[in-house]
Amino acid sequence: MPGPSRARHWLSGFRERETWVAYLFIFPWIFGFLVLTLGPMLFSLYYSFTNYGLQQIAGIEDTKTVGLDNYQRLLDDPKIAASLKNTFVYTLMMVPATIIVALLLAMILMRITEKLAGAFRTIFYLPQITPPVAIGVLVLFLFNGTFGIVNRALALIGIEGPFWTTDPHWIKPTLAIMDVWGCGGTMVILLAALYGVPRQLYEAASMDGAGRWRRFKDVTLPMISPALFFSFIILTLAGLSAFTQAYTAFFGAGQAGSQNEAALFYAIYLFQNAFQYFNMGFASAMAWLLFAISLAITAVNFGVGRRFVYYQGEQKK
Amino acid sequence: MTAAGQENQPLPITTGTPRGMPQVARARRRWRPKTSWLTQGLFVVLLAGLAVLFIYPFLWLVSASLKPKGETFDNKLIPAHWAWNFTGPDRPIPFTQYLFNVAPVARWFFNSFWISGLAALAVTLSSAMVAFSFAYFRFPLRNFLFAILLATMMLPGQVTMIPVYLLWNKVGNFTLAHDWLPHIGTNTQYPLWVPNLFSSAFYVFLQRQFFLGIPRDYFEAARIDGDNYFTMFWRIALPLAKPALIVTFIFEVQAKWFDLMTPLIYLRDRSAFTVPLGLKTLLDQFNSSGGGVGDYQVIMAGTLLMILPMLILFGLFQKYFIEGISTQGRKG
Repeated sequence: MPGPSRARHWLSGFRERETWVAYLFIFPWIFGFLVLTLGPMLFSLYYSFTNYGLQQIAGIEDTKTVGLDNYQRLLDDPKIAASLKNTFVYTLMMVPATIIVALLLAMILMRITEKLAGAFRTIFYLPQITPPVAIGVLVLFLFNGTFGIVNRALALIGIEGPFWTTDPHWIKPTLAIMDVWGCGGTMVILLAALYGVPRQLYEAASMDGAGRWRRFKDVTLPMISPALFFSFIILTLAGLSAFTQAYTAFFGAGQAGSQNEAALFYAIYLFQNAFQYFNMGFASAMAWLLFAISLAITAVNFGVGRRFVYYQGEQKK
Repeated sequence: MTAAGQENQPLPITTGTPRGMPQVARARRRWRPKTSWLTQGLFVVLLAGLAVLFIYPFLWLVSASLKPKGETFDNKLIPAHWAWNFTGPDRPIPFTQYLFNVAPVARWFFNSFWISGLAALAVTLSSAMVAFSFAYFRFPLRNFLFAILLATMMLPGQVTMIPVYLLWNKVGNFTLAHDWLPHIGTNTQYPLWVPNLFSSAFYVFLQRQFFLGIPRDYFEAARIDGDNYFTMFWRIALPLAKPALIVTFIFEVQAKWFDLMTPLIYLRDRSAFTVPLGLKTLLDQFNSSGGGVGDYQVIMAGTLLMILPMLILFGLFQKYFIEGISTQGRKG
């Protein structure tokens, strides 16, 4: 029952020595949270309603509040819409492709002897430990339209490969292909989930006459759905804030052209506004839009996920 | 292989692990679907083919970095002519250039090494303190604060990026105005690792799960033996949580080794660069679209050198990489 006695009891907690020690232990986080997260969040919200920029950093001009101008500009600036579209298109390609390839690999790995599976797992994981800047460099050279090895290989089987890194239509698929190459992390997560499916379920399903496909659809998929769902959420968030590979390959001193616009992801445009053009007010508004979009997409995912994801643990608790 | 180390672990760790670190290894000895030898053989052939696809970019890179200028993209696996592109006599530009001569590359590697190491050490210890507190102590507001900590994981870094930069800028102006203070702020390397002193939500979450799995009796016994809270944390909790600490450490080393955006924001001075930023500037410098003279062999050599330390780290701690990743999936 809430009431004065309970409040006193709760407050009396602060008289315990243990409480003080506990707060001493979490002090690093509290300090970091206030100074590097909560404070900056409030400032960012404030800046998003101001004209904060280079003059204000240098102290030449005062900061002016501009109302909703920055948010209006989110609607007016065609590059915002373009970069959002780029980001969504890329995410929509990359997430399903990565999960499907990772799941196929994991399901095959599960069916061969453990020693070999371990060796293959290591190999498939290697791209995951490759620095994104290195991947950005590799994209440029492996997929080069004229001398890249991908097109040479395609030519061997009689296919004339596109100009992957310069044709605006092919840039996002190219980046997505490199992400599928890096599906090892997702594969490891799904493999761990697959190993965790109790064999009794398959035996029971077989006894009931379930075929291969039914066992996959009605046993495997529901049982690994938490891992699938987790991978889906993580990959989606990663896709929405994709930056390093595309920035390395397509943005830099002297790199300009049509291919640039096709690779202009939202996080890149945000970075440019904040730290190259120093439109920090506008960039703050962009950041809040990104936050809102991430939240909305995650909320939708959870809403949809609730219908499909089966948590075994819930019964135990 | 990886499973071997598992058996040597002290019992409490294995049994106490909540939704466990060592589960991959244990699960591997479990049941797998019956598959005929013929099918398995076909699968192995298929996987071998895919493995070539996965590995070939690395082989291509090794080979390309050992080719002379002009042959970088001949796509031969064995170079027609061998070349050492890393070091060599310093010559003016029309000649072949060498990786360590075109830029302070050795310095970049040194910077990346110590920043990654220090940042990882800082975040491991600070997160362990916070995680231990959330797991062991009962204190007012604990659940509320932990809920906030979990919520911060949803916040994209972009939201706090600008004010944090401005904060460092202020700190920089302040330290520059006072001669007796070292220069700390933007254009220095402090912003790359100092935030790690204040723990990180993701690692706190990971380590708390681990601390929760250690039987409470261990801590009570230490208290009875005369430990205070701090010696108990240091002598009992930290050693028992070693697997979680190692996962934290290597994940953060990897994160810092990968990070391009933070150095891009904070570093101006070429000698202060980290490897990712340095390599990006080399790419801009030598890429023909950037007006470069096409010394691609330098970029290839640099890219290879950048991957190598991660390969070594992975070779040494493969078990922890894989387990750390699989644990994430169980967060649900």
